[in-house]
Amino acid sequence: MALQFDPKYNHRKRGLQSAMFGCFRLLSYCIVLVLFIILGFIIVKGISVINWTFLTEAPSDGMTKGGIWPAIVGTFCLMLGSAVFAFPVGVVSGIYMSEYAPQGKLVAFIRTMTNNLAGIPSIVFGLFGMAFFVNYLGFGDSILAGSLTLGLLALPIVIRTTEEAFRDIAPSYREGSLALGATKAQTIWHVLLPMAMPRVITGLILSLGRVSGETAPILFTCAAYFLPKLPTSIFDQCMALPYHLYVVATSGTDIEAQTPIAYGTAFVLIVIVLAMNLIANGIRKHFEKKLKSK
Amino acid sequence: MNKIEAKNVDFYYGSFHALKNISITIPNNEVVAFIGPSGCGKSTFLRLFNRMNDLIPGTRLTGQILIDGNDIYDKSVDVDVLRRNVGMVFQRPNPFPKSIFENVAYGLRVNGVKDKAFIQQRVEEALTSAALWNEVKDKLKESAYALSGGQQQRLCIARAMAVQPSVLLMDEPASALDPISTSKIEELICELSSQTTIVIVTHSMQQAARVSNKTAFFYLGEMVEYDDTKKIFTNPDKEATQNYITGRFG
Amino acid sequence: MKKWIDRIARQIFTLSGFVTSVVILLIIGFLFSEGAGLFRQPIVEEGYVLALNKSNDVERLSAEQIKQLFDEDITNWKEVGGNDMPVSVFRLEDLDRLYSEAELGSEYEHAGEKIAEQVRKTPGIIAFVPKMLVEGFDDLHLIPDHTIPVKDVLLGTEWFPTATPSPIFGIVPLLSGTLWVSFFAILIALPFGLAISIYLAEVAPPSVSKVLKPIIELLNGIPSVVYGFFGLAVIVPLLQQTFDLPVGESGLAGSLVLALMALPTIITVAEDAMRNCPRTMREASLALGATQWQTIYKVVVPYSISGITSGVVLGIGRAIGETMAVLMVTGNAAVIPTSILEPLRTIPATIAAELGEAPAGGAHYQALFLLGVLLFFITLIINSCVEIVSARNKTKR
Repeated sequence: MALQFDPKYNHRKRGLQSAMFGCFRLLSYCIVLVLFIILGFIIVKGISVINWTFLTEAPSDGMTKGGIWPAIVGTFCLMLGSAVFAFPVGVVSGIYMSEYAPQGKLVAFIRTMTNNLAGIPSIVFGLFGMAFFVNYLGFGDSILAGSLTLGLLALPIVIRTTEEAFRDIAPSYREGSLALGATKAQTIWHVLLPMAMPRVITGLILSLGRVSGETAPILFTCAAYFLPKLPTSIFDQCMALPYHLYVVATSGTDIEAQTPIAYGTAFVLIVIVLAMNLIANGIRKHFEKKLKSK
Repeated sequence: MNKIEAKNVDFYYGSFHALKNISITIPNNEVVAFIGPSGCGKSTFLRLFNRMNDLIPGTRLTGQILIDGNDIYDKSVDVDVLRRNVGMVFQRPNPFPKSIFENVAYGLRVNGVKDKAFIQQRVEEALTSAALWNEVKDKLKESAYALSGGQQQRLCIARAMAVQPSVLLMDEPASALDPISTSKIEELICELSSQTTIVIVTHSMQQAARVSNKTAFFYLGEMVEYDDTKKIFTNPDKEATQNYITGRFG
Repeated sequence: MKKWIDRIARQIFTLSGFVTSVVILLIIGFLFSEGAGLFRQPIVEEGYVLALNKSNDVERLSAEQIKQLFDEDITNWKEVGGNDMPVSVFRLEDLDRLYSEAELGSEYEHAGEKIAEQVRKTPGIIAFVPKMLVEGFDDLHLIPDHTIPVKDVLLGTEWFPTATPSPIFGIVPLLSGTLWVSFFAILIALPFGLAISIYLAEVAPPSVSKVLKPIIELLNGIPSVVYGFFGLAVIVPLLQQTFDLPVGESGLAGSLVLALMALPTIITVAEDAMRNCPRTMREASLALGATQWQTIYKVVVPYSISGITSGVVLGIGRAIGETMAVLMVTGNAAVIPTSILEPLRTIPATIAAELGEAPAGGAHYQALFLLGVLLFFITLIINSCVEIVSARNKTKR
């Protein structure tokens, strides 16, 4: 007595599958479309604004004319500043997690803390930066305070990528080096660091990409609404692209004149962020190829 | 009457020639064992019978495989129907993250059976035939992961038997189990052979000798020898077979 | 020498290993010490008092009552527990109206006297005046000042941080705005996120997912201020037209932008979870005659449900904490939302919009830090949930 199955059900379940998968495909392509709309919109409207003057001059006439040069410089200053802080601390901390920390509860605790730090909203970093760096340590609104705040934001990313990069190195390399009488520090410096470098650098650049686009942390720690001259020391305020975009997009006095400037600023910002992503990807691919060809 | 018939089967993973010109006939309601060293292609061959290898991209098959006289690789064949008819038990117990009852009922449900009383009845029958009913009848609602490894594997057998397949494929079903659980599975195989044709891949020669009527020896993608189990283990025709079963390699 | 370097290196490494923990402690410490200060602030602006006529026996007024009195929403004292008499509001500016400059004195030296005179002769008066002007007169009834009660902040339904004489810091509208906009964002993002992650993990051929994944990463990399700008330039006008709204800046605009921003998180985490479902589990299902879709929703999704949940929860976390994009498109009206098409205001947007104007150390400033504390704890709870779920998962398998 063989079981009898309804042959119609077979058609039905097939039909359902095609319908669902078709729907999934459609939704996935939708998201691609959305990305292209966002990027396309900003690129098409932004690129017509871009010219040499726009890139190299300060804003003028109440931000209705001129360029965004101080904002570009400011953003790069902040990126550099946060890198100077976050890179060494983050890399060393990541190495500690992978190489030194006793595995188990302690690492789990530190990792939880790192994850928590990564989950804190950027505006809370802004608040903290204002209370701690600006007021408590007395840095005032300055590139230093802004960079440190952004550096804190970048820290979890750097730590995580560094830890993963080191963890993925086969133990035999460590043993090989230690067996030759090298100390742990020497092993890390001469053997592990060069091997983990490409991935560490990728993580660093990605974190820089993230930092370059953040607005909330610098609102109260560094960013200046309008500052035609370039910063001369780390205790100066500076303009920054994301904040500049926010300002011209929302608190305009002359919307018609400012909209193109907003598009231009958004375009430059997007280009910087995308460039960071591309560079990071390029480095990763390059080193992957190198490793494979070995 | 022959249940399964393979004619000149060649199978490729990309450019790797995994199975070389294999022909075999498997009679109805018998237990056939595939033996051979790791990587010899016996599992690959087994997985051709329910078209499981379709899931791996870049594979290619030439030749024919017939079940009940129908080419299962024909375009008109409905894979779901074929797989319903050809059950499979895997190397490691792999129950679904569901209750014991739902695991067994799964095959019925995905094939459109809605009658609750009937499902209840089939689940009981299947668990009974897998010699598991007495152990689990009071905890059908509990998670399948609460069972021991051996029980889980018998649950997987019950799951496969619930849709009454006419062929049951077993891919090293006892390799992850302890000896007691293994002997239970072997007993089960002998009992199930009255209801269904069983093809079992194993690398334990004792197991092949204990459970099967016929045995095929695979080596490097070829089927070296296929004959009654008794003959293979006592007086094989080929030297390679002789070497393998006496433990000189593999 | 070599040994020494090794030892020093170890110390440095160990120290920096705890940097994230220290930072979190610092954040908690500074946010708390500023935020908790709010509850030590007097209810009336520092340096000022509320003076009543001696015959008025009202002893205690809440910030909300004070605001209603001065807005003339409350016009009779019996509404706040006093005698039946009309309220007469008196502000410092009223002095200039009632008295000439000569009467007040060139340096306001007679101002106190004049105020006292007014208070004495008007039984229903409530005067909001600098403390130093009226301190000497003991025949006035000064409302004893008390600090801002915790309950009024946590359960208060109005947010008027700049109201005089007494600012109102009810966080309910902000909290509900945040939750409301995040809820809709996730409602929108969820079907997309699930569909796309299933498509990527189970359905799409490798060549397609190779193209799709970087695109989703890119979506994650776009700065929030650019999303906000895009929302302002495209979504807001679109909504205004479609729904025929007075203003396009609305909760829905925020939700749409947030949905877009939460998507990459949801997709990446959920896809990872589904890819971790063992192959034999899928094969077992297919071997029973299930279709691929049946396998996905009956086996793969239940198997990876905790990972998928983590993704969604992380997405919620991202939406709740997002600042700039929401600030730019939601219209920032601090009212308890009744419809998603109305402007609303979230906690992060409030901090970003108001901190610049709030004088450091004042009640408003501290209230904003309190919001920061709240936000910090919301995200902390969300993160802990994810950690617990994934830790439990690891032990299960």
